[in-house]
Amino acid sequence: MSSNHLTRRGLLQGSAALAAASPVVAQAAAIPKRNGGSAMIPVELTVNGREVHLQLDPRTSLLDTLREHLHLTGTKKGCDHGQCGACTVIVEGRRINSCLTLAVMHDGERVTTIEGLGTPDKLHPMQKAFIVHDGYQCGYCTPGQICSAVAVLDEIKAGIPSHATAELDDVAFSDAELRERMSGNICRCAAYPNIIAAMRDAAGEKVA
Amino acid sequence: MKAFTYERASTVEAAAKAAASVQGARFIAGGTNLLDLMKLQIETPTHLIDVNHLGLDRIEKTANGGLKIGALVRNTDLAADKSVRQDYAVLSRALLAGASGQLRNKATTGGNLLQRTRCPYFYDTRMPCNKRKAGSGCGAMQGMSRSLAILGVSDACIAQHPSDMAVAMRLLDAQVDTMGADGAARAIPIADFHLLPGDTPHRESALKPGEIITSVTLPKPVGGAHVYRKVRDRASYAFALVSVAAVFGKDGGARFAFGGIGAKPWRVEAADDAAKSGAKAVAEAALAGARTTHHNDFKKTLVERTLASLYRQQEARA
Ligand SMILES: Cc1cc2nc3c(=O)[nH]c(=O)nc-3n(C[C@H](O)[C@H](O)[C@H](O)COP(=O)(O)OP(=O)(O)OC[C@H]3O[C@@H](n4cnc5c(N)ncnc54)[C@H](O)[C@@H]3O)c2cc1C
Ligand code: SF4
Ligand code: FES
Ligand code: FES
Repeated sequence: MSSNHLTRRGLLQGSAALAAASPVVAQAAAIPKRNGGSAMIPVELTVNGREVHLQLDPRTSLLDTLREHLHLTGTKKGCDHGQCGACTVIVEGRRINSCLTLAVMHDGERVTTIEGLGTPDKLHPMQKAFIVHDGYQCGYCTPGQICSAVAVLDEIKAGIPSHATAELDDVAFSDAELRERMSGNICRCAAYPNIIAAMRDAAGEKVA
Repeated sequence: MKAFTYERASTVEAAAKAAASVQGARFIAGGTNLLDLMKLQIETPTHLIDVNHLGLDRIEKTANGGLKIGALVRNTDLAADKSVRQDYAVLSRALLAGASGQLRNKATTGGNLLQRTRCPYFYDTRMPCNKRKAGSGCGAMQGMSRSLAILGVSDACIAQHPSDMAVAMRLLDAQVDTMGADGAARAIPIADFHLLPGDTPHRESALKPGEIITSVTLPKPVGGAHVYRKVRDRASYAFALVSVAAVFGKDGGARFAFGGIGAKPWRVEAADDAAKSGAKAVAEAALAGARTTHHNDFKKTLVERTLASLYRQQEARA
């Protein structure tokens, strides 16, 4: 477990270093053109605080933009259909599935990925809590879980209700709220109980 | 995904005009349904018109005490809106019962209404499907039809309408406001907005080519206890097998709308009329004309039991 863990850190470090080369101008991959093809479109994003200028085929999802063009491979592709949450990133302060949106739709917007939340030497409290509580096994779903978890705590603080909220006007922290709000993040290793423990810890709530 | 060209529309008029004049053009809002289907080449637009920047993202009170919801208001924001929570709680509840937090942050009011069926054969491009390819047949009739509709179905298609939000909108007698390619506004009662499959299951809404949804307007609030009960295969992040939206009045009357069982969000007056006679009577009225398969016949029982559970809950609260 711990050696896997170190490898993952090394990987994240590598991509963080790449992202640091700002501004990044990614070469669009050669995509075969059909029906006259899609014209490349200039897209400007602020990813983890850095401005990037890209020329993209309009078909490029935000997920593929992050992974293939910006080499931020922390964000994972699970299903590519909005069903698993592995691709969760935070755009303009809100968590979304980056696989189900086009980069061109986000021109001029701010994107935060797992690499932007914290670095191996300066972990985000949620990243730290996931490590402390063993909130993962294989780790594939983890970047998405952590991005989602960070946004979930903000949503509860902002009083945004969920399906688990008994009175719509009274949003309070509870394990049931966390479970419901995290249901869009699937974990094949079923690390769910430890993820909840990590979130509780990061939120500064008592560990039950 | 097939190649397409992309534009960001800057006015509603321009968006509608572009959509009508470019062959194969489609609007894109949250993209959570359209892009999913484009990846599978079930949808193959040649041109996408991004409607996210048209200023259609506001929620306003109307002069006669109703609520006007911009077509681009996100599902999260609609569910969390103060007046919706207070006066149209069934709508908040229905929205929150749907999809996931991430998806609701993107999904829009207009896009949610127009989301396409979750029939597994519609999604499987190797199978015949009259909705996907007119006249190709229906893979579901002799197949796995457990999730599919039992009301409003036809010989051509038994697909269910998957939206939770639309069921609450139907209950509340919402009206869909649009603008046509000619710049003319029109208001479509939600009851007439979704079309039954008949022998043209590929036609799903009353919208004309290029017509864009600008807002959805709710009439004055209906007082009473607002509830939305969704029964599904897992407790969260799954489509409804059966859902019931209801408002229970103080006088024992109630109104009901149903999800998961209809080719469109389902509501019949006779069910409301039966409210005082209890769950069994309401279920019987709502299910009049139901046409089930071996796989989805259980939905009839499930509707009655879901209603019975809601009645018990109301009694406990009283
Ligand atoms: C994994 C998953 C689970 C889900 N679970 C649920 C669930 O439990 N319950 C539920 O109700 N839904 C569920 N959904 C569906 C989700 O609610 C819809 O995808 C979403 O509401 C669609 O909204 P959108 O803005 O993203 O639409 P888009 O994908 O942008 O558009 C959908 C359609 O509407 C058209 N359109 C959009 N806006 C307009 C407009 N203003 N005028 C005219 N046409 C327009 C588009 O051209 C397109 O044809 C789920 C989706 C996924 C991927
Ligand atoms: S039920 Fe409708 S959507 Fe499903 S396969 Fe048959 S025609 Fe297609
Ligand atoms: S990869 Fe986006 S939700 Fe699965
Ligand atoms: S840790 Fe393996 S999928 Fe979640």
